Amino acid sequence: MRSIWVETVEQAVSQAVVRINTCLPPDIEKALAQALYKETNPAAAHCLQVLLENTQIATEDKVPLCQDTGMVVVHLELGQDVHVKGGSLEEAVNQGVRDGYQRGFLRKSIVQDPFQRINTGDNTPAIIHTRLVEGDQMRLLIAAKGAGSENMGQLAMLKPAAGIDGVKDFILSVVQEAGGNPCPPIIVGVGVGGNMEKVALLAKQAVLREIGRSNPHTAIAAMEAEMLARINALGIGVQGLGGETTALAVHIETYPTHMASLPVAVNLGCHSTRRVTIDL
Amino acid sequence: MKVLQAPLNRDDILNLTVGEVVLVNGTVYTGRDAAHQRMATALREGRNLPFDPEGQIIYYTGPSPAPPGRAIGSAGPTTSGRMDAYAPLLIERGLKVMIGKGERNQEVKAAMRKHGAVYLAAVGGAGAYLARRITAATVIAYADLGAEAVYELEVRDFPCIVAIDAYGNDIFDRKEGQGGCHDQT
Repeated sequence: MRSIWVETVEQAVSQAVVRINTCLPPDIEKALAQALYKETNPAAAHCLQVLLENTQIATEDKVPLCQDTGMVVVHLELGQDVHVKGGSLEEAVNQGVRDGYQRGFLRKSIVQDPFQRINTGDNTPAIIHTRLVEGDQMRLLIAAKGAGSENMGQLAMLKPAAGIDGVKDFILSVVQEAGGNPCPPIIVGVGVGGNMEKVALLAKQAVLREIGRSNPHTAIAAMEAEMLARINALGIGVQGLGGETTALAVHIETYPTHMASLPVAVNLGCHSTRRVTIDL
Repeated sequence: MKVLQAPLNRDDILNLTVGEVVLVNGTVYTGRDAAHQRMATALREGRNLPFDPEGQIIYYTGPSPAPPGRAIGSAGPTTSGRMDAYAPLLIERGLKVMIGKGERNQEVKAAMRKHGAVYLAAVGGAGAYLARRITAATVIAYADLGAEAVYELEVRDFPCIVAIDAYGNDIFDRKEGQGGCHDQT
């Protein structure tokens, strides 16, 4: 049994939320630079240049990349041989969020009740997905997701007869409908299979996968490449202004499903998809 | 490059064409979902708005808190479509410029054509970059809303693209499966 103190979790989360909001993941920065190199539309190229400059300024000025510093989502893998000591693990995550958002001058965007809509004032609660795994480690995949992109996601429970073409059509229709709103160039996260809640979670995990890593299954990797090409052919472009690049990547995750179901979920990540993985 | 500074008149607006890059200087008011809802309620109840929209510029943003020594935190545009339900009310009262990101609906475009207003797109997600172009920020109404309060901002060389002009030309119009606006004649 290995012990991890809640203070360790608090500190890790606090540091992570400040860092991800001011430092763009290097794989995304590289993908933006590649998009600029390929861009033929002057307005889109102008925006990409501004976005690359924005990443430098955010780090230099210690000002968030985007004013929407998001709702914190933590995918937490807890080794079954870990003993969490000193308090509640979920409260430790929330305390880390509270501390980081205050200390880092990050915007507090969470309202307590979806109808009353009073701000909680500290950006809590975070959304925490915990999974028990083997071993004595704790892994936290921490994301801060803005609403501009999050609001454009969709989920459908397709009939199995719709097949792979039905899934592809749904992905395209979600991206088309989203247009310039989710801050393209976007990362398209797709879940296929499982059931209603599982497919949403798959899409959320897909959107956080590092750019450049394809799905390990050859057929799914080929579908990712095909959908990326078809999405970029839509011509939505950076910020919806047209041009070569609408999406930087398409990531698809699958899971076994019921013989009567074909669930599909699409979650969109903006060009500042903020995430980091921490091992404790 | 054209420079826009409030107060603006109808001719200033009719002079702008979709796709051109402009710089905004001077005073800009912020407002997003909750502030627009309150302004709409104020109008319905015959009360004054936090500012007179005549000839003015509104920027859809909810900035992050200002770190010490800075006028404002990150301050990029939010999705304008969420303000579509309210925008015509302000355009009817003389609002000349809206700054945000993403598409607008037909009602907003019709009001813009009728009253002579433009919609500018700022680069979404470039909040740190745009913050350097904001030299002062003061909350003038609805302070309890925090980031959603109405701020009076002073901006300098704030870059935008004319996304919808007063003639109804829309940079976001595109035919499915084809290239973007730049491919249209």
